[in-house]
Order: sequence, then C-alpha cells, then structure tokens
Amino acid sequence: MSDARNPDDTDDTDDVRQEATVDDEAFEPVAVFGESEEMDLRPGSDDCYKCSTCDTACPVAEVDDEFPGPKFQGPEQWRLKRKGDHDIDESVMSCSNCMRCDDACPSDVPLSQMHNTARGEYVKNGMSRLSREYVRNRMLANYRTLARLGSTVPRLTNFLMGNSVVQTLNEKLLGITSEREFPEFAEETFREWWESRGGANVESDDKRVAYFHGCYANYNTPAVGKAAVRVFESFGYEVLVPPQRCSGTPMFANGMLDDAERAAEVNVEELAAAIEDGADIIASCTSCSMSLRQEYPELFDFEGTASVAARTYEAVEYLRLFEDLDGALEDSEIEGQEFAYHAPCHARNQGIAGQAVELLDRLDGASAEDVGPSCSGISGTYGWKQEKYDTSMAIGAEMFEHMEDADAETGLTECPTCAMQMEHGTGYEVRHPLEVLEAALVE
Amino acid sequence: MAIEDDVLVIGGGLAGMTAALAAAREGAGVRVVSHKESTLRSASGLVDVLGYPPERAPGSASGDADPGASVRGEDENADPAARSRRERAADGPLVDPFEAIPDLPESHPYRRVGVEGVRDALDLFDDAVGDRYRGGHTDRNALVPTHGGRIKPTARYPASAAAGLASDDRPALLVGFETVTDFDAPLAAAHLESAGVPFAARGVTVRFPGGFRADARLTRFADALDSNERVEIGGSGGSYTESLPAREALAEVVKDRLRGEQRVGFPALLGQHDAAGVRESLEAELGAAVFEVPMGPPSLPGLRLEGALVSACRDAGVRFSTGNPVVGYETATGPGGDGEIAAVRVDRNGASVPFHAESFVLATGGLVGKGIDSDREGVKEPIFDCHVSHPSDRYDWFEDETFGDHPFARFGVETDDDLRPLDSRGALEFPNLRACGAVLGGYDFAAEKSGAGVSLATGRAAGLAAAREGLEA
Ligand SMILES: Cc1cc2nc3c(=O)[nH]c(=O)nc-3n(C[C@H](O)[C@H](O)[C@H](O)COP(=O)(O)OP(=O)(O)OC[C@H]3O[C@@H](n4cnc5c(N)ncnc54)[C@H](O)[C@@H]3O)c2cc1C
Ligand code: SF4
Ligand code: SF4
Repeated sequence: MSDARNPDDTDDTDDVRQEATVDDEAFEPVAVFGESEEMDLRPGSDDCYKCSTCDTACPVAEVDDEFPGPKFQGPEQWRLKRKGDHDIDESVMSCSNCMRCDDACPSDVPLSQMHNTARGEYVKNGMSRLSREYVRNRMLANYRTLARLGSTVPRLTNFLMGNSVVQTLNEKLLGITSEREFPEFAEETFREWWESRGGANVESDDKRVAYFHGCYANYNTPAVGKAAVRVFESFGYEVLVPPQRCSGTPMFANGMLDDAERAAEVNVEELAAAIEDGADIIASCTSCSMSLRQEYPELFDFEGTASVAARTYEAVEYLRLFEDLDGALEDSEIEGQEFAYHAPCHARNQGIAGQAVELLDRLDGASAEDVGPSCSGISGTYGWKQEKYDTSMAIGAEMFEHMEDADAETGLTECPTCAMQMEHGTGYEVRHPLEVLEAALVE
Repeated sequence: MAIEDDVLVIGGGLAGMTAALAAAREGAGVRVVSHKESTLRSASGLVDVLGYPPERAPGSASGDADPGASVRGEDENADPAARSRRERAADGPLVDPFEAIPDLPESHPYRRVGVEGVRDALDLFDDAVGDRYRGGHTDRNALVPTHGGRIKPTARYPASAAAGLASDDRPALLVGFETVTDFDAPLAAAHLESAGVPFAARGVTVRFPGGFRADARLTRFADALDSNERVEIGGSGGSYTESLPAREALAEVVKDRLRGEQRVGFPALLGQHDAAGVRESLEAELGAAVFEVPMGPPSLPGLRLEGALVSACRDAGVRFSTGNPVVGYETATGPGGDGEIAAVRVDRNGASVPFHAESFVLATGGLVGKGIDSDREGVKEPIFDCHVSHPSDRYDWFEDETFGDHPFARFGVETDDDLRPLDSRGALEFPNLRACGAVLGGYDFAAEKSGAGVSLATGRAAGLAAAREGLEA
C-alpha cells in the first residue's frame, strides 16, 4: 500500500492527497461578513430562493414552536438587517449548530456559517457579560478548562459532580440541567498515558499521522484515544500527538468566537507544523474533524488554515482511504457483538454517516444497525442547558425509540456527546468504532 | 485502498435512486454519492409521464392560447415561460401518454428506452412505493387539481390525492388555512369551476385549530396530525377553551362549513409518517372523503416519496454517502485502460476522496439540481465535462419573447441508446458512464410534464446497464 502514497507516483488514483494540499496564497476564506464587525450576509442570502426546504430538516424547529428555523436565522435575518437597524434575534441561541440545514439547501446557502457568525454577534452585542446565561455558556464552551481542573483530582471531581446537592446548585446557580450525570473524568488522561508509555511505539518516515484527540478522548474516554493509537500503529503508522487546544466546536455553538479563534490559532499552528513533518491529521471525534475541516476555513484565515482543513480526516475514514481496512476486517472476527449505530449530524456533514455500518458488515461476529437519520438532540453543550433539556430529549426521542427496537444492547457512535445522550436516554453502554476496530485488529 | 463498489451513482434524486434500486436488485453492490438531499423535497410528489405533446418544431407557432376553454394543466412551480409555452401547445393534455411516446422526436430520452422501458420503470416504481401511490390501473393520465386550482395530467399520484381527481363528479369543498398562504381555497375553487371541471367546487378559509405560530411550517402541522397531539380550541362564544386531539379538532372546524359536499380537500399537510391514518380519522369525523392538494416547496408528498424510495434502496442494500459533491474523475491508466472511468473524486471539505467502481451513473439533475451549469462562457456538465450542445451565441439560448420557447430548457447531455453520453462528434465520452434524469437533454420537462417519468425510465435503464457491466467486471 505504501507505494500508493509515494508523492512521485502522480498517476495513482489511490493517492487521495495528490490534490489535497491547498496553496495558502490561493486560498480565500469565504467572507460572509466581510469585516467581522460589519455583518454582510449578502452573498449567501441572495442565493436563497425561499423554498423552506432547510426548515424541514431542522431538528430544533421540529420540536420547538418558538424556534423560527434556519431560513429565518440565515437569509431572512440578513434581509431584515439590510433594511435597517435590526439586531440579531436571540432565537439564534436556540440553534444547536447541528448543520443539517446546510445539507438540505439545494442552493448552497451557507446557513450554518451564517448562524455561527450571527450567534457571535448576538453574544457580543446582545448578551450581558454578567448574565447567568453568559457565564454558564462560557463555562460550557470552555469545557477543556473545566476538564483540566477536574481531571487533576478526578476522584474528588467525580464525587462532587455526581453529588445531588452539587447538581441542584449547578441547576439553580448556573442553569446546567440536573437531569444529566456529568461524564466521569478518567483517572489517567490520554496524554498522561501517552507520556508514561513513552510516546510512539512505531517510527516511520512515510506513514505518519498527527492525532487530534480533542478534549473528550483526553479527559473522559482515553480508551478511544488509546484505540486510535494502537490501531494506527498496527497499520505501521507513526503517531504524533501534537499539543492542542479545544477544537472550538462548543465555542462556535455558544457564540464565543473570540475564545474559538484563540484556540483555533494554536491548533492550526501545531497541526500545520505536523503537516510540515509529513503527517496527515486524524481525529476521533466527528465534531472536532468537522471544525478543523469546515468551520476554521469558513471563519478564520490564519496561515495554514486551508492546508490543515484539506489534510484532516476522521480516523476511520483515513484508514479506509489509505489502507485495505475492508480487507483487514474481512480477515478478522470478534466475539458476537451487535451495535445500535447512530450517525452524528457532524458525520453526516462530512459524508461519512454510513461508514461504521458498512465496515462492521465485513467483520465476522459484529453487526451494526443504523437507528435512523434523526438527530440525537444533545448537540454538544446544548442539551446541558437547563432550558434546552426538554427540547434536547424531545429531539432524541426518535433515536431512543429506534435504539430500543434494534437487536442490540450496546450503542455505537463517533461523537462523544451523542454517546452521552444515547446512554442517558437508553442506559446502553456506548462504544466508539475505533474501539471495535481495536478489538478486531490489534492483538 | 479506498472505497470500491460495482456501481456508483452520482446524484440522489429520483433518477439516481431509481438507477441505484434497479442495479441493486440485479445483485450489484451499489453506492449513491449525493451532494444534497434530492429535489424531491421540493417537487409536488406527482409522477408525470407525459402530460402534453412537445412542440413539434421548436420555435414554430403552434396555435394561440385559449385560456379557460378546457381543462388545462398547470404547474405553479414552473416559470412563466414554461407556462406560456404550454399554453401555446393548445392541444390540451394527453389522454394516453404511452400512445404518444413513439411519435416523440428522435432526440427525446423516451426514445432511448422505448415504451416498454417506460412501463417497466413504472412497475419498478409501483413495487417500491406500494400502496402509497395510485394510478397503475390504467394507461390514461389522471387529472389532479393543484394548489392554484389548475388541473395537472399525471401518471401516478399519491394515495392522498386519490379522492380529489377532477374526473370525479362528487361536489368538493376545498379548505385553506389562514396561515398557509400558498393555498387560497376560494380562489382555487373558482379556478377549477372556470376550467370546466364536472363537479361543484367551493372554497373556505379557516384557522388551523390550536395556538400555532403564524409562520408555522407545513411540517409542524403534519407532525401535530401524525401524533394527534392535543391542541387548545376556543369554545363557542370564546368564553372557554377546551383541548382536543388535533385530528378531531380539525374536523370540528371543518364540519360547520360542510354543505353536503362528499369530499373535502386540504393543502398537502395531512401527516408525514401516518398520512393514511390522518386521512382515515378525518374521513370518519367528517363523513366525507378527504384528499390532499399537492403544494409547492417544501412538499409533504415529495418528502414522503423521498422516504419511501430511500427505504426501498436501503432494503435492496444500496449504500449512501451524502453531503459532499463529486468534483472530478480518474481514468484507468495502463494496459486495458481504454479511457474507462476508474474513480470519481469527492470533495470532502478540501480533501479529495476517490470512490472506485466498475460502472458509473450520472444523475446530477438539470439546471435546478446543478447537474448542468451555465455561465457566460457556455453551458457544461461540470463533473466529466460531457458535451452539452448549445448555440455558441448566448442570444440564441432565448426566444425574443419573454415567454417564448427557449432552447435552454432542452439543454443537456446526449446519449446513445444505452444512455452513454456522446461527445460533439457522436462518439462515446466514456465506455462505462451512463446518464439519466434531468441531466439529459432533448426534452423540456416543465412544458411537456414528463419530469418524474423521464427520471424513472432512464434511471432504471441506466441502472440495469450499469449493473450488467459492474457484475461482469
Ligand atoms: C420544484 C419542482 C417541482 C417538480 N414538480 C414535478 C411534478 O409535478 N411532476 C413531475 O413528474 N416532476 C416534477 N419535478 C421533477 C422531478 O421531481 C425531478 O426533479 C426530476 O425528475 C429530476 O430528477 P433528477 O434525479 O434527474 O435530478 P434532481 O432531483 O435534481 O437530483 C439531482 C441530485 O444530484 C445531486 N448532485 C448534483 N450535482 C452533484 C455533484 N457534483 N456531486 C454529487 N451529487 C450531485 C443533487 O444534490 C441532487 O441530489 C419537479 C421538480 C422541481 C424542482
Ligand atoms: S444548524 Fe441545525 S439547529 Fe441550527 S438552524 Fe440549522 S438545522 Fe436548525
Ligand atoms: S433551503 Fe436554501 S434556498 Fe431554500 S429557504 Fe432554505 S436557505 Fe433558502
């Protein structure tokens, strides 16, 4: 397989990366708002022919009568704005940033980009820095900061977070729902494990990936990160684990664009350096890969943003493209495992929604049943907000039902917050496809 | 190593899904790669085969319009140009589309697949959608009232529209809702009567019961009826409110307005997942037949049809990769390559990802689906750069009259009888590429009312041929 990756072999149709490097000079960020202060939704909103198809795809509008839907949030809001001194409507805070409207629009209106920017403007101009909502959102958006503190004393934190008095306080003081149990912090983070193991076990000059683990695999589910490392090493890859910050997903969703920009700048710098070293970027969380691939180039233009976007892959997608993953799975088996698979909205957006099901079809002993195209409803930090909890569960109801109907007692998904929701709604244990690959392919 | 299938279909619209279904049922491993959701969500959900004969000679005068004289088709979604072209085709709607197919111009896509090809495709369709659709009992076009109060000749219609046919002489009450402004029931009823339908039509406008917001989406009403959620309604005199299940509440509102009509038509919003159940409840409450009038986008019948076809495809084992566009292709190199397509490239947010297959089907739609692109330079098929014949002078794309017979409506890819695209000299573009649906040239689906029919017939044929080739390899 490695010959297919030889950069000189330009005729090779398997060499995905042939056209993948984008010259930064040639790259122009899509300037939806022109100057960031000056809201200019014009290019996108002129493309909208008001067919309302996007509204039929929006999971929030489906259950929340107060939410006017993506067509209003995007193109119509701008039209109003153009007419006069119209402020961004606060309903943009109810958009969960699932990005489903993007896929529905037949006219390429950049809806989620409009929502992200509008949300940024709303938070900047419309939300008091002292309000409970702002403080709470800022905390949720900066989960990594919390997680870093929490995981220094994981047992104490887990105890406190699981404590009902603390949960009630969270709800009363901060508006964080007490219905959910906080995810447990791992006693050893992924990075701690990585260091104690002495870093990479495989060295290679021509097969190299940089792993963007994100916050969740680091602090909460290091097993997913370890699975990623072991699976890639089993295919002969040298894995790099560059320094990194939050991908920004929760920050975009909460309109904290300044926070997101700071985090993105660090990530782009570190990942661009890894690319210089010959690595491609892989991520195990579909929201992280989506953020690096789509939101960064839509919203920022640091040097290297475009090449980071073009060289980032979801981890399993990467193996499927560059290795004979299908063949490897056909040659292995695991002990009888059935999964109820939910495709995260952000996997849909990257065109990899059916991948896990297709792969497990090849693996003896495992099978995955797709529980349908509905949204899980949690959308990152959204479902944690006390006032959004009911909406979140109403959106999730269809998925819970389909999970119960499936012949499986274990859930499967690429997104850590979808996993939380799946677990919360059904009590199932939920795994990441990489963990299944590890069980099948790594001794 | 990449992703590899026997047949790869580009485009997830009606044509693409039909091709995929036909190929998968032959036993081929099939994948659909589609950029966006299909345009079915915006389409009326009617399946037209041929409503009007095409203009005999494009551009020639074909009789003056005589509005209102006879039952005449209309499509509110079509542009005014298409409407006028149709009105100039004063022959009126076709009674039997199958009879007319052999007389179509040689360049028409139906001529590639023949009458039998069209029939077989409808069989495939009927089998895939089951009792959700009607019309298969006859070759003759059904006449379905549309939301503007026109009559549309069509070959298959949703079961929900069955009680509304214009050939039925039972008096009808049309019910519109204050907030659903696309359907003006009194006006639609008046249009129907002036078009000479054989029944009395009356229209009323009511308020949909319950506290729905003024700009509530059609899907919101459909959901409320699906789940029969309780809605608040004002009691008599407005002095108190009570809560009723949505279906019952809606029937209550309509009951008082009935004057002995035996059938009641609503805009198409009667449920998304349980449309049959919603109609049944309403019919029981009202003591009259209930039907839906197809609406413009977004369209519930279109959404339901999309859902039915996607599940038929999934059941047949079709895989879907949706969300990113195909932007280019690779040809096989080395011995035996002979110009075949080896893979297409999908742009995933900047990364270019190959999808390999033995055989490929181009089903990317026309100017609406973005399968045909036009700019100042000309008209082109953007993925494979297949030849699209068009006058080199932009001014020749349009008639002088605004509502004239514009050649651009017929722009598209030309093929051989096996639906393989041809270059400007009439040679094959690629041996293993077929095209189907609105990306094809040689017909004007808005004017002749053949949109879904051409997609089904050419989709099936392309899918079968691709499966044959894919399985052979
Ligand atoms: C508003 C409207 C009303 C209609 N009403 C009727 C009617 O009443 N009766 C009737 O018979 N027909 C009607 N039609 C026509 C019919 O529904 C279909 O649109 C027609 O059959 C064309 O289908 P298609 O599959 O060829 O193209 P489309 O449905 O346009 O599908 C094309 C697909 O290809 C995808 N695509 C395009 N480019 C790429 C790319 N580069 N890579 C990957 N995917 C790509 C698109 O995302 C889309 O999913 C209507 C159409 C519209 C738009
Ligand atoms: S991003 Fe999701 S929640 Fe937000 S408007 Fe679009 S579809 Fe609705
Ligand atoms: S789907 Fe696109 S074109 Fe249609 S209303 Fe929404 S933004 Fe506008």
